[in-house]
Formats: sequence, C-alpha cells, structure tokens
Amino acid sequence: MIPLSWYLILTLFLFAIGAFGFIARRNVIIMLMCIEIMLNAVNITLAALGRGLEHTTAHVLVFFIIAVAAAEAAIGLALVVLLFKKTREVHMDEFRTLKG
Amino acid sequence: MEAILPKIVFVYLAVALVITSILVVSNRNAVHAVLWMLVMFLHQAVLFITLDAEFLAAVQIIVYAGAVLVLFLFVVYMINLRTELKIPNFTVFWPAAFFVSVALVILAAQALKEFRTPKPVGDMTPQAIAKVGHAKILGHALFTEHILSFEAVGVLLLVAVLGAVVLTRRIRMRGEGV
Repeated sequence: MIPLSWYLILTLFLFAIGAFGFIARRNVIIMLMCIEIMLNAVNITLAALGRGLEHTTAHVLVFFIIAVAAAEAAIGLALVVLLFKKTREVHMDEFRTLKG
Repeated sequence: MEAILPKIVFVYLAVALVITSILVVSNRNAVHAVLWMLVMFLHQAVLFITLDAEFLAAVQIIVYAGAVLVLFLFVVYMINLRTELKIPNFTVFWPAAFFVSVALVILAAQALKEFRTPKPVGDMTPQAIAKVGHAKILGHALFTEHILSFEAVGVLLLVAVLGAVVLTRRIRMRGEGV
C-alpha cells in the first residue's frame, strides 16, 4: 500500500501548477483547463483520503465534483464562445470592461 | 518484490501527471494542450485504479476524456487561434504568479509535515471492495445516504445545459424574421 502522504504531495504539486496556469496564462480556454487540473488534484486527494479512511463519502464527493466540473466546463465554454463572437478575442488581459 | 511494484507504478504516474500538467500550462498551441490533458486524464484514471476506485476511474474516462475534453476541443476548433502562436503565452505578471504558486506549495508542505495517516473509520475496506466491488459500495452510499445531493446534481447539470444553450443561441431582434 502506497503511503497516503505521497498522494497528498503529488496533488499539492498538481494544484500549484494549475493555480499558476490560471493566474498567468492569457488564453481563456487554457485557463478553464487549468481549473480542470485543480479540480482533478482535489479529486485525487479525496479519493486517496477516502481510501485511507475507508469511507465512502469522499468517493461520493469525487463523483459530485466530476459532475460540477462538467457543468462548469459547459457554461465556461459557452461564455468563451460568446466573448469570441463579441470581441474576436480570447485573451483575458485584453478585456477591460465588465459590460458586454 | 510485491511491495516495490505499486510504488514504481505510483512514481511513474506521478511523474507523468506532473509533466503533462506542466505541458498543458505551458503549451503555446491550445489543441496540443487539450491532447496533453487527455494523456493526463488517462494517467489519473490509472491512479484511481491504484486506489481501488475502479468506478471513479471509469467515470473519469467517460466524463472527462469522453465529454469535457471533446467540448474543449470543439471550442478550440470553433475559435481561430492562429494569433496565439505569435503573441506571448503568459501575462506580464507571470513571475508574481510563479511566486504565489511556490509559496502555496511551501505553506501546504509545512502544514502536511505533521500529517499522520488516520485510522480507518468507514466500511469501504479492501475486503469489501474485493467482495462486492467498488461500484456497488459507491452506488449504495449514493442512493441511500446522498440521494438528495444526487438529485440536486441532476438539476445542476440540467441548468448547466440549458444555460449553455441560452447563452450561445443566436439573438434575434424583433422584426428580423426567422
């Protein structure tokens, strides 16, 4: 059995990489993908802790997080398509107005 | 020998996950980034299998690799990203973002230093998983204890689909005709 702390360290690095990408990338699509990376890191943590505690709730929570991530991707990508239609631009630092 | 093999598999999966996520973050081409993300999701599904969570591995492949990534790929194809190859990848403040990420790692590692493996409390023991299967245990918990959350997630997905349709529909002005 692999120690639980190995999983936590791995997910820590994955989450940090995703957070860095979300802050630093300019492309909106890549930013959404970085959110998915962060959610996946959390999923691994929950699965590992649920396995370590032998409790089902953590795995049920992973299931729900996957559903929420799918919903978030659908809405986020719809917003990206809308933004591209309006401004012909997908770079986040070009958007300076909140009003469409 | 039996004890060392899972560790080798874990180390391979960990290295592959970190490298592919770095490639996703740093890739100039969005299509390549999506494809590296597919590699990452497949490795993560194998990581779920090392945790005896085969149902989660299946859901990972079906939902993430099958649905979410296809959605990303369609949007990448719909949007003309030819300019992406010429302009800088990162915003001007990327060193600050790097600093924030490193600080996050250091702080969380400090918090994790005192981590001790907790005692098992639940009923999802390896024996139970081997006997009835992970999907059955998870389904039982999902449809008895968490049934209300399950229904709420169903409504959430419906709202998300409707929202996506409403957001991207073509807006017709009055009198424009069909």
